[in-house]
Amino acid sequence: MNTASLTAKPRKKLDRATVIAIGVIFAIYALAFVLEQVIPSTSMLFTVLKKGATYALVAVSMNLLNGFTGLFSLGQAGFMLIGAYTYAVFTIPVAQRMSVYQYYNGGVIQFTLPVLVAIALAGVFAALFAFLIGLPVLRLKSDYLAIATLGFAEIIRAIFQWDKLGVVTNGSNLLRLFPTFNDFNIKDASGNVTLHLSTLIPFLIAGVCILFIVMLINSSYGRAFKAIRDDETAAEAMGINLPRHKMIAFCTSSFFAGVGGAMLAMYQNSVQAKYFTTSMTYEILLIVVIGGIGSVTGSCISSFLFVACSEWWLRFLDQEQTINGWQVPLLRNGFRLVVFSLIIMAVVLFFRKGIMGTRELPDLFRRRKPSGKGGAKA
Amino acid sequence: MSQNVLHLENVTMQFGGVVAVNDVCMDVNDGEIVALIGPNGAGKTTVFNVITGVYSPTNGRVSLRGKVIAEDHPHGKMKKLYAAGHQFEYVHTIDYSPDRITKMGMARTFQNIRLFSSMTVFENVLVAKHMNMKAGFFASALHLNGREEARMREETMELLKVVGLDGVWDEIATSLPYGQQRRLEIARALSTHPSMLLLDEPAAGMNPQETENLSAFIREIKDRFHLTVLLIEHDMELVMDISDRIYVLNFGKCIATGTPVEIQSNPDVITAYLGVTEE
Repeated sequence: MNTASLTAKPRKKLDRATVIAIGVIFAIYALAFVLEQVIPSTSMLFTVLKKGATYALVAVSMNLLNGFTGLFSLGQAGFMLIGAYTYAVFTIPVAQRMSVYQYYNGGVIQFTLPVLVAIALAGVFAALFAFLIGLPVLRLKSDYLAIATLGFAEIIRAIFQWDKLGVVTNGSNLLRLFPTFNDFNIKDASGNVTLHLSTLIPFLIAGVCILFIVMLINSSYGRAFKAIRDDETAAEAMGINLPRHKMIAFCTSSFFAGVGGAMLAMYQNSVQAKYFTTSMTYEILLIVVIGGIGSVTGSCISSFLFVACSEWWLRFLDQEQTINGWQVPLLRNGFRLVVFSLIIMAVVLFFRKGIMGTRELPDLFRRRKPSGKGGAKA
Repeated sequence: MSQNVLHLENVTMQFGGVVAVNDVCMDVNDGEIVALIGPNGAGKTTVFNVITGVYSPTNGRVSLRGKVIAEDHPHGKMKKLYAAGHQFEYVHTIDYSPDRITKMGMARTFQNIRLFSSMTVFENVLVAKHMNMKAGFFASALHLNGREEARMREETMELLKVVGLDGVWDEIATSLPYGQQRRLEIARALSTHPSMLLLDEPAAGMNPQETENLSAFIREIKDRFHLTVLLIEHDMELVMDISDRIYVLNFGKCIATGTPVEIQSNPDVITAYLGVTEE
């Protein structure tokens, strides 16, 4: 028996690179936890980290579909909306419902679910909708699938604002007063925060979900997804049931988009359907492309970079500034978006395959050219 | 008489007004190596695609070990366009999908190699094990089926040894030399545990030495895995060497059938391949 068969036969063992990668991830989590205790919670850093974690999850879920299964879907905002609404509707405290649903007499739902149950339910509802629209839509290919899912996202946004459904969705009014990330902070009797957890919690939720996706990608089902991406005809000839596997990928992706939607609701403290526009889907798509189609690590890194650029680092471009009496030219409201677009164009032009290509975190610690078998989450 | 494995009855495949396969009847028996030959564009690959469920036939019936896997008759506007016979004999519409037919024990390779380009040699063969996996979605995704996964990997490595690709198991599949890619496609098909193997031009692009190896290889896997083989091939030396029986297609029609010796002396076949001499 040669060495090749010895290394291939057993289940993939944790090699050195994977162990280092897991260590790096733990270090990032520890750093996030420590920073939160040290730096005042009003810092822009935490806004970026919370929203970044949310977007990372949604981007990875989109990558599962677009990058690993080869289904070009643009319904992400729609599934996030379903998730956000599900979470909000089921977690607003009963006592507050009268003030939230002020035009609908308190709404019809008069109970409250625990936060984690509501988050899971957000995913389940999104997956359920995905299943229903997947039945007709997944027969379509490439661009047609993209257009159909885009249409779904638009329709769902209109439906949720429909006045007749107001007793559940509050029509086009805000849903608010549900538990947010800040409610995870542990407070003492006088209301002072003793332990900050409002950043660690979204990191944990996103981390667990992304871990599941990574494990899925590295399982037999993940291989089947990649086979479908590489060659549908050959995959089918190898006994892979196309409709079933496409549906599984679509529902799984939507489930996590729904969870991401719930996290977004918690991040922004309120939910309104008109916020979940197509441009949100494009933002996610951009993150996936910049990070590298087919790389979970890339999606995670680029979502934090994207959020940091759009929310924080480029903010100064929007304000007029004078240095020693010299007015800096071009700086005015909206200039940030111009620079932002230029950066994106540069990335797309010069990093065709995105930041990571198809590499994953452990591959960065390997010497040999990797073969795309990432083993750890990022 | 040995058992019938594959049975084609009056199969016609028509694309609009073009009759690609015209009223073809064919039988393949257990343990045989049968070749399907014919000039370019004769409809050989279309026959393969009908058998494996990629196309559903316009008219006719295909059965695998006595079970009908495809049966149809012209519908809608094809009724007017239909240009072959036996139009009203087949009343049912049965259309098994390719993956279902693969699960019934029929595997195939492709004329233009279709390997999974992002995967290694090992993973290419491992993918074909997926369809027989017992673990469900969650068990698999959460890696709770360790024993099964280990078994799948072990079987895959054994198969790679049999076909002589164990030395390159970790290479990206499409980076292999052409001959090895063909071999890998056969290995991937074998990985589905077929009882019948369909090879679409396995020797295309091979040099004479490689072709000779291939014919020994086909015999070897046929005996080892108890296969019935149906192959399309242009290399007459290979065809005459390994096949028990031959079907000749020309312009979608089956013009001759018989043993290699019979086919070689059949005047219709000679005409189809060399053209008619004007006298």
